[in-house]
Parts: sequence; C-alpha cells; structure tokens
Amino acid sequence: MTKFGIGQPVPRTEDARLLRGQGRYTDDIVLPGQLHLHVLRSPHASARILGIDAAEAREAPGVHAVLTAADLAAAGIGDIPCLTPVRNRDGSEMANKARPVLAADHARFVGDPVAAVIAETPEQARDAAELILVDYAELPSSTDMVRARSGGPAVWDDAPGNLCFDWQKGDAAAVDAAMAAAHRVVALDLVNNRLVPNSMEARVCLADHDGDTGRSRLWVSSQGVHFIRRAIAGVMGLKEADLQVLTGDVGGGFGIKIFLYPEYVLALFAARRLGRPVKWTSDRSEAFLADDHGRDNLTRAELAVDRDGRFLGLRVTTRANMGAYLSNYGPYVATEAGTNMLSGVYTVPAVHVRVEGVFTNTTPVDAYRGAGRPEAAYVIERMADAVADELGLDPAEVRRRNFIPPDAMPYRTPLKHVYDSGDFAKNLEDALVRADYAGFPARRAAARKHGKLLGIGMATYIESCSGGGPEQATIQVAGDGRITVLIGTQSNGQGHETSYKQLLADRLGVPLEAVTIVQGDSDRIGFGSGTGGSRSIPVGGAALAETAAKVIETAKLKAADLLEAAAVDVEFTVDADGGRFAIVGTDRRVSFQEVARAAAEAAGTGTGGLAFDEVARWTPPAATFPNGCHVCEIAIDIDTGVPTIERYTVVDDFGTVLNPLLLAGQVHGGIVQGIGQALLENTVYDPDTGQLLTGSFMDYGMPRADVVPFIDFHLNRVPSTTNALGMKGAGEAGTIGATPAVINAVVDALSEFGVRHVDMPATPQVLWRLIHGRDSRIAAE
Amino acid sequence: MPITVSLSVNGRPVTKEVEGRTLLVQLLREHLGLTGTHVGCDTSQCGACVVHVDGKSVKSCTMLAAQAQGASVTTIEGLAAPDGTLHPMQAAFREHHGLQCGFCTPGMVMSAVDLLQHNPSPSETEVREWLEGNICRCTGYHNIVKAVLSCAETMKSGAKAPAAAAE
Repeated sequence: MTKFGIGQPVPRTEDARLLRGQGRYTDDIVLPGQLHLHVLRSPHASARILGIDAAEAREAPGVHAVLTAADLAAAGIGDIPCLTPVRNRDGSEMANKARPVLAADHARFVGDPVAAVIAETPEQARDAAELILVDYAELPSSTDMVRARSGGPAVWDDAPGNLCFDWQKGDAAAVDAAMAAAHRVVALDLVNNRLVPNSMEARVCLADHDGDTGRSRLWVSSQGVHFIRRAIAGVMGLKEADLQVLTGDVGGGFGIKIFLYPEYVLALFAARRLGRPVKWTSDRSEAFLADDHGRDNLTRAELAVDRDGRFLGLRVTTRANMGAYLSNYGPYVATEAGTNMLSGVYTVPAVHVRVEGVFTNTTPVDAYRGAGRPEAAYVIERMADAVADELGLDPAEVRRRNFIPPDAMPYRTPLKHVYDSGDFAKNLEDALVRADYAGFPARRAAARKHGKLLGIGMATYIESCSGGGPEQATIQVAGDGRITVLIGTQSNGQGHETSYKQLLADRLGVPLEAVTIVQGDSDRIGFGSGTGGSRSIPVGGAALAETAAKVIETAKLKAADLLEAAAVDVEFTVDADGGRFAIVGTDRRVSFQEVARAAAEAAGTGTGGLAFDEVARWTPPAATFPNGCHVCEIAIDIDTGVPTIERYTVVDDFGTVLNPLLLAGQVHGGIVQGIGQALLENTVYDPDTGQLLTGSFMDYGMPRADVVPFIDFHLNRVPSTTNALGMKGAGEAGTIGATPAVINAVVDALSEFGVRHVDMPATPQVLWRLIHGRDSRIAAE
Repeated sequence: MPITVSLSVNGRPVTKEVEGRTLLVQLLREHLGLTGTHVGCDTSQCGACVVHVDGKSVKSCTMLAAQAQGASVTTIEGLAAPDGTLHPMQAAFREHHGLQCGFCTPGMVMSAVDLLQHNPSPSETEVREWLEGNICRCTGYHNIVKAVLSCAETMKSGAKAPAAAAE
C-alpha cells in the first residue's frame, strides 16, 4: 500500500485554494458586460394574475428587459417537467403538475416567480422590479396537508382534494393477516418536519451566448452539469450540443442543486435574447422561498408484534407534501426512494405502504440529503422503540430479537431490495459499549440530582445508495506522466478531487500532484450522472478504477515493447516509489512515467502531449446498503426545557473506506443536519396567509457550533459484495441515522412523564411544556 | 451619491468611489475582486463574510464601505505569509479537515484567528460559543473545533504570532 493509497487519511488538495480565498464559485465569475437578473416573486400563496404592467419598470435606469410568462410562451419555452411520475393504486396516472418558469395566470405559492428584470446592476434590477404592477386577485390557500386534504382551498382546480397521487406498495393482505394474529399492534403518528436545505452558497447561475457560433454557456452551482444541460435543453427546445454547462466550486448542495429551476431558464433565455451575459445570484431570503424544500411527511405507522416483540407486519400510511408544483423528482422521493427501506435492518415478513402525494400552496419539495431514506429510518426506528415501550423491553433487546443475521445474507426484503452484507448486531453491540450503555442508569440518576432529565436513544439504520445509473471516467496520460481525469460526478464540498487522486495513487502509483481532476464541464466530459444518493465514490470511484485497469493493460503492452518481452510476462506493481512494469522474475523494469514518455514519443505528441487515454463506464449491478448504529445521550434541563446532547456515538459500516478523514467529515456533517431536524429546524407557514414565517436565519434554527457535541465515530467494515470497490457510500448516512436516535433519546428522557412520542423539532418550548404541562408530575411537585 | 473611500486592504492602500449604500463586503468582492470573502445570508447571521478591520473580526456585510475609511482591512487572501506559507489556523483547518465546501471557511478562519488573539487557550466550549455566529452546513463543526483547539496548542508552543500576516 502506498502512502496515499486506499484507506489513508489524506488531507485534501482542494484546501490549498479554498483556504486562501482562491476558490472559484459561480458568483465569483465576472464576464465582461454581464447583466443581472432579479426575479419578482408572488407575495401571495394563491392568487389569480389578472394583469402585469411592466411599462414603468422597462423604462427604469439600467433596465434591459422585463420578462413575463407571455414572453416565454411566445418563444416556445415550456414548463419544467416532473421526471418521475408515479401511478395511483388503481393504475391511473397521477395529477402531473409541472413547474412553470414564470407563473402565467395563477401564482401558487409565496415566492412563485412572476416576472424577471434584467438590468446593468443587481440594485437596478431589484429597484425596477418594485415598479412592476401585478394585478393579483388573492385566493385562500392550503399550506398544510391536513387542511389541503380535508376540504381546504384547491391548489389546482383539476386535482380534487389536492391529491397528486395515491400510491401503494407491498402486500396489504399479508399485513392484515399479521395484524389479526398479532399479540399487539403498536402504532405511532409521526411528523417528518419540512426542512430548508440551506447550502451556505445559495443557488447562482451565469449565462452567455455567442451569436457567431450559436452556442450558449451556463455556469451554474450544480450537482452535475449533464443533467442540467439535458433538462434545460428540453425546456427551451435547444440542442444539447449547442449548450455548454459548467460548474466550478460548489458551496454545498445536499440535493437541491441537482434540479433544474426556473431561474436558470430565465438567465439563459435572457442572455440569448439580449446578447449579453446574465447573472442571477440568489440571496438567502430568496433561497428560503425558491430552493426546493425537503421531507414534510405525516405518517401513521402500525407494527404487529408477537409476545416477544418480534416484528410480524408493518403498515405505513403517509401523506407527503409535494408543494404547489412537482419538482423533478418529488414523487419519487416520497415513494420508491425511501419506502423500500421501511423494514430497516429487521426481519419483517410483511410490509404495506401507502403514500398520498398532496398539493399545497408551498415551495416544491424534492430530494434533501437522504431523500426518503431518513423518513423511512425515522419510521422504523421510532417503531422499534415504541415496541420496547409497549412490551416493557430494552430497546436494544427489541432490536437484537429482530435483526437480520449476517448469515442470512444475501437477504431479500419484503418490498424490493436484496441486502448483500452487513453485521447489524455488531454495529449495535459495539456502539453500546462505546456509549457506555451499561453505565447509563447511574448517569441518569446523577443528572436528575442536578435538575436534568437524561435520556439515551439508539437507531440501527440502513439505507440504500449508488443509484442514478452508470458513471464514466476518462483517464488521459501525458508524456510527462501527468494524468487528467474527466468524470461526470460533481463535488459540492465532499472532496472528490482528493478522493479520485487517491484512488489513482493506489492503482497507478502516481503522486497526487501529478493528477488533475476535471469535473463540471459538459463539453470536455462526455457523460455524467452527477452527484446524489451517495453515489460518487462507490459508482464514480468504481468507474475510475475500471478505467485505471484499462490504462494498466494498455501501458503494459507499451512496457512490453520497451522491455522487449511478451506482455503476458510483464507485471505491474505499485509500491512506495510508484508504479512500475517488470518482466516477471527479473529485475528488468520500467516505470509508469517512462512508459508514458515512450508512448508520447511514439505518438509524436511530445512530453507534455497526450500519450494515450482510456475510458470506461461502470453500472452498479445493485444498490449498496450502508448501515450502522447511532447512540445519542441527551440531557433536558427541567427548568428551561433546553436539550443538550451529552454524547453521541456512531458505528458505521460503509464497506471499504477510501479516505477515513473525509469519510468522518461526511458523517459528522450528516449527523448535525439530523440533529438540526430533530431539535431545531422547522419550516412554518402561516395557515391563514400562506406566508413563510421561517424565512431567514433569524427565524429558522440552523445548528450552530455551540449546540452540537463532538461525535465519537467508528467503523465496522463489511465490504459490499456488489460494488467493484467494496464501498457502500457515506454521504447521507449520518443524516439518516440521526433523527430517530435523537428523538428516541428525548422520549426516553421524558418517559417518566408518560411521554410516548415527541414530534420534531423537539425545541425547548415543546419540551418545557411536556415537563411542566398541566398533567405532568413535575408540575405537581 | 458616490463617495470616495480610502483604506488599506491586505497591506495595500486602495481608494475607490462607491455608492453610499455599498457594503464593505461589496467593496471587497465587487470593486476589488477579492472574492474569497463570501456572502451567505442577508441578516448578519452566517459569518461567511468575516474579515478583520483594524485587527478585529467584523461581519463585512454589516458595515458600510464608508465606515472603513482609513481602516486597515485583512481578508482571507491576506492571511497567509507573503511567501505563501499558510497561517497556522489555515494549516490547522487543512490538517483536521475543518472545511468541506469551503464557503463558510474564509469567515470561519478569520473569526477563529480573532478568537485566539483574545483568548490564546480557549476551552472547547469557548471555541464553540465564539463561533456561534459562523454557520457551517457541511462539517457539523466537529473538525472546525478540533482545528481551532489544535491551532491554539501549536501557537502556544511557540509558533507564529496569531495576528494575520498583513496586520
């Protein structure tokens, strides 16, 4: 193994520029003559648009154009389609409501784009937007799903009951039978609260157009340029070949930067029409309204158990908020993306799930870190604790009795998947030891003396990764031994540059500094499926490893020529000094760099030129299944209700690990996003006006450094048997395990008051009321 | 009405004509091309825009350019030594993987440097409370706090003075 090979905690090469302020984020790019676009958004949750008078705005200083839906319609610009329609239980099609680029005659949520102003400066565009007179006829709105489904105002006239779809999966009869025969049916009603993803870099794009070549460019802070190119070309009726999509450094994505949004279409349309570059930079207030939101499920879960707490059948009924329009993947996230994981790490013989997609007058909902799997893990892991509570068992014991054992692998779950590997009991036992579970009762008693309610909670999660289709990697070897990689995944901060370089250091023995990773350029990179679903290292990495293997085979032929030997007699080895080819059993050898130089000379391209290149594509044969155990210990102050996480322990199985330093970073960040959802973050609309009440960092509780603990993180590596590298993916797992662990701890802390469940976010106010409410024992003390 | 502002930025004197409403962060990013300082919110909450003004950490979105008249401003671009050697805080962030997407990083680093100027031996709690005004969505703060604590140790053991190179 080399110093920078697989498994080494290599610090990142990206950091050299990012730490010096030399990153190149999209807003940092300034094109000569660039104009600025501002979007005028609906102030109403639902309103007919009777007319738009932009005459004064068009005459305002610096203004080049004001666009409305009529301009787009005249140019043949379509709506942004939902790419993942689902079918109703009766086989009929769902109510498919695409997202308009600009609302034409009806604005359907606060923040719905209504017009766009393009001006010389951002200030002029913003000032001019205030001069646009929109004649709105305000209508009553439905922002919460219960109201929307029970006679609330219609978001769409032709979607009765605000129902988008009524989808199901699984064996309803088998679940009914399990329920009928059960010792007990344990039930919980759960809220999976709506979240605003809030990447620290808000969304931003910059478009320009070359009238001579007829080609346009779009720089956009994205999670993959190829998807954006395909999607925007479709909406605008352009040829993909006429469009170059580029992504530089990305300041966080978490899902929301996958999708095509109206603003990118507006900027590109304006640049093509005006012949000047056009930039749109979202501010944070706008991001709260305009970035897709995440989660927002109401779920009833019922779990049939026998006398010993063994799971017999699970029924899950969910309402999933779609928002006012369907985002690219909205229905998929609420259905297939997560529900297949509802049985978790347990042997549940029968599962049935039904999901109603619901339209509301809110921002569209789509994938946010985990995308369906956090929701599923929250359901089954809360249910495991509810069973323990109902039967008077230790939550760890309930899990032990239901785990799928390692020798049952590969294990077919009731809904879809075949788990290839995992040792769920070991994850739990290791985590309980690290968390000193045995010592908890003494800590609880001690804390109580100091006015604190201590609780401990666990979650033995599993999730599915590596979807999203194939990935492709190209390796270009130059005569000087330098290597350029072209790959269609897109780092949003994970550190793909370092990870991929490290993989090549491992396979080819090249130094990290000899490798350049190219991502985010749809012209240079022929194919890409982008970053999402924790796929980049397991799928992108596997594609790169496959390409590296082809590079070695090609180089071996060239080395054989240099060594005047038959290729079958030449072997390639990597050690601390690099990669070299040798005739087996002799000391006659030639380095990778020498082979590259000779190849470039033979090709006549010179030492800096291309010696040879290879490309390979890798398609995952199956999903991978990261799994693990989170244990959270929380102290709730009796006087104030303030929760403090005292310790947080996680044992994860991600299979083979490429870079443990970067991996731990993914886990830490994911867990804190989960802690944020469980304790702080909530998206609140005023039920009467439909206004977003939590529309800034003043109102929306982002987790900050002073409310989270250090995280004790350990690995239990069981290599994936279906992934070429044995890797399972780690980008979302932290978020998936965290919410049930935290809420299980909160409920445990409050168990002495008969509390069986606390909805997220468990804020100090919520907790104080549970402790001091009329019926609580504390209040009586 | 345009006004003229003269100040020192990363040790260089600059004079610019700006609008009265121009914020310090706009002066840095848009007029001086120093795009290392970032804008992550519009309510002075996130701290991505923290720079040093006369040696103290300031959210540059919360200050008018005009208020920086005559001041000495240091941005993330001016933190490393002139020969390119990273400031110990930058080096600690790299070593401990205290950054992922890098967007909050310039503000986070500038803020942390100022902490050690005030308190060379902060506790974990003191680091966390000091950084409460800098939001990071990627790291969960774990490695940021580790980096700051590690940097404090490094500097106590006789490394460079905590002040930014350009100050």
